[in-house]
Amino acid sequence: MKAACWNGKKKVQVEDVPDPRILNSGDAIIKVTSTAICGSDIHLFNGFIPSMEKGDILGHEFMGEVVEVGRAVKKLKVGDRVVVPFPIACGHCTACEAGTFSLCENSNPNAPMAAKLWGHSPCGIFGYSHLLGGYAGGQAEYVRVPFADVGPLKVPSDLTDDQVLFLSDIFPTGFMAADMCDIKPGAVVAVWGAGPVGQFAVASAKMLGAERVICIDHIRSRLDLAGTRAGATDLINFDEVDVYETLLEMTGGRGPDAAIDAVGLEANGHGAVAAFDRIDQAMMLETDRPIALRQAIRCVRNGGVVSVAGVYGGFIDKFPIGAIVNRALTLRSGQCHVQRYNKRLLERIQNGDIDPSFIITHRIPLSEATEAYDLFVNRRDGCEKVVLKVA
Amino acid sequence: MTTAAIEGHPALELDLSDEPTAMDRLARAVSDPAPLLRRASGLGWFSLGLGFAELVVPGAVARLIGARGDGDGRRWLRMFGAREIVAGLGILSGRQRAGWLWARVAGDVLDLAALGRVSARTGRERSRVALATAAVAGVTLADALTAVQLARHAPGELVGGIDVKRSVTIKASPTDVYDRFRQLESLPRFMTHLESVTVHGEKRSTWRARAPLGTTVEWEAEITEDIPDVLIAWRSLPGASVPNGGSVRLRPAPGNRGTELHVHLKYDVPGGELARVFAVLFGEEPGLQVAGDLLRFKQMMELGDVVDSDASIHQGRHPGRPSHAVTGKQVRQ
Repeated sequence: MKAACWNGKKKVQVEDVPDPRILNSGDAIIKVTSTAICGSDIHLFNGFIPSMEKGDILGHEFMGEVVEVGRAVKKLKVGDRVVVPFPIACGHCTACEAGTFSLCENSNPNAPMAAKLWGHSPCGIFGYSHLLGGYAGGQAEYVRVPFADVGPLKVPSDLTDDQVLFLSDIFPTGFMAADMCDIKPGAVVAVWGAGPVGQFAVASAKMLGAERVICIDHIRSRLDLAGTRAGATDLINFDEVDVYETLLEMTGGRGPDAAIDAVGLEANGHGAVAAFDRIDQAMMLETDRPIALRQAIRCVRNGGVVSVAGVYGGFIDKFPIGAIVNRALTLRSGQCHVQRYNKRLLERIQNGDIDPSFIITHRIPLSEATEAYDLFVNRRDGCEKVVLKVA
Repeated sequence: MTTAAIEGHPALELDLSDEPTAMDRLARAVSDPAPLLRRASGLGWFSLGLGFAELVVPGAVARLIGARGDGDGRRWLRMFGAREIVAGLGILSGRQRAGWLWARVAGDVLDLAALGRVSARTGRERSRVALATAAVAGVTLADALTAVQLARHAPGELVGGIDVKRSVTIKASPTDVYDRFRQLESLPRFMTHLESVTVHGEKRSTWRARAPLGTTVEWEAEITEDIPDVLIAWRSLPGASVPNGGSVRLRPAPGNRGTELHVHLKYDVPGGELARVFAVLFGEEPGLQVAGDLLRFKQMMELGDVVDSDASIHQGRHPGRPSHAVTGKQVRQ
């Protein structure tokens, strides 16, 4: 089969690789119809996530048709059309039973390695480094999906791939970011980053009843999208104005009630500290550039929530713990527990509350994945989100 | 004899009586000679380091201790260096540690004699020579003390090489976990370094494990302690090429979260400390290995099977490509 393989930093190539097979009795094989490149794939592409190996198949946002099931699979049958959550979860362990699927205790065979880096291991993730299980990813013609009775969500035929594909990751991820904000009537939520996750965080904050949602970015087209389609009430371009001053002005000096970091480890910013982050990262003094995160902590109101949806992989420098402690802030985070959210978000799509396909700017065949990565990573041609179509 | 090995585990403390019980023997078997062994290893590494310095840069060493750096002096230092390296390797090999330490003491005495000559002859650089003499005297004391302390332990207690403690919480009752683990013959299903375990009767078993370079090692073991739902302890019988012992303790996890399994393993690997360092260099860190074994045991208990990723079917780290050639099941069988 054809698959998009990681072949070193900034090298993605479509290669012929062997087809996947059933390994555990709870597995299913999915014939992929649509798969997307995620912002977090950029971190892999740029080499910020350790333990990638040449030849690894990328991709954790995918959907398709079931073509084979293991003998223990009960809920899925050949021919079902499904969207697959990016976190691999067993559905039986204490973490899964608590609904914290991305903390599944059984799905990462390389958990001891991940625990060396992070203290404990999260779940395994499709196509996201050997630290997270070494699972082959979904930017391929076929994928092996473990725990097929737990993850895959059947989708009705009257919805298009483009409408439901993002239930695999970025829509639930944006929704969980807003859910963690404990939004109450009258709430003001600020969202850093108008990339795909940021767009869904904006839309979700609105859905959950926020009165104002302020979106912060520096790419005009993304801000426009957040304003016209996601439902942001206010936009801040950090190239043009000072974010802190502007947010204070917008909120009567209080600051937003909740701040969502939908940027993550490759943030851009202005000023001396942002420049230092570049140097620190280059000198390996920190692995991640927490420019947006620091700003979110600084801006949020006293007693507010900082919700981190952006991906961080390692360590950061000059973390403003003083602000968190002295202003009674709450920091919440986590890889999205997609299985907890995807059913109710599918209902939202069916009800017409949202059509997630609004973020797609490019549809490209899987065979042109190399060009697709170039387009997405370098944001050429106004690229917001690329969907790879598998013929 | 209560030790750190069983402190903090009320279930076990209840079983202790004044008589030296089987529990006491277990406690003794897993008692911690680790600090002493660490000190011995430290002296071994010191010996190696000093030896290499004397062998490679004798001139610099001579200046440091205030001796002459001429041809004769350098030759002497090189010889001393070779002696240090032999002693260091001997200590780190884990065999006859006390004997090698006494060899070091003898060497130290030679060093002191040499330093005495240097000091008598040169009359200069006195302060450096005095300092070096004091340092060597200190090391001599440490060598002798460690050798004496090591000699107090029975050889079986000094299972040095590898000492691993790990634990995992499993969503199952202590009874279920105990019953599953007690089926020793199924251990190789999740302990990937084991090839087979054959049980002979209630307590005896034969273990066969994969060893480096494609070889296998085999040994006889006996269960030394067996308290249903609480504890299983075992050790290899005399004659094992890799003397080893271990215990698995079970206790209910708070909040109805199943069972905590605490494993403690000791292996006296050939080559001792050196072998351990090399194992870590080649990615065979025993702690990670045991953590992986426990994860697979948990998967079997909670899911009925070991979970494979497309990459985990290969030994070690490997590109995440699916493979036609081999499946995880085949590898494990």
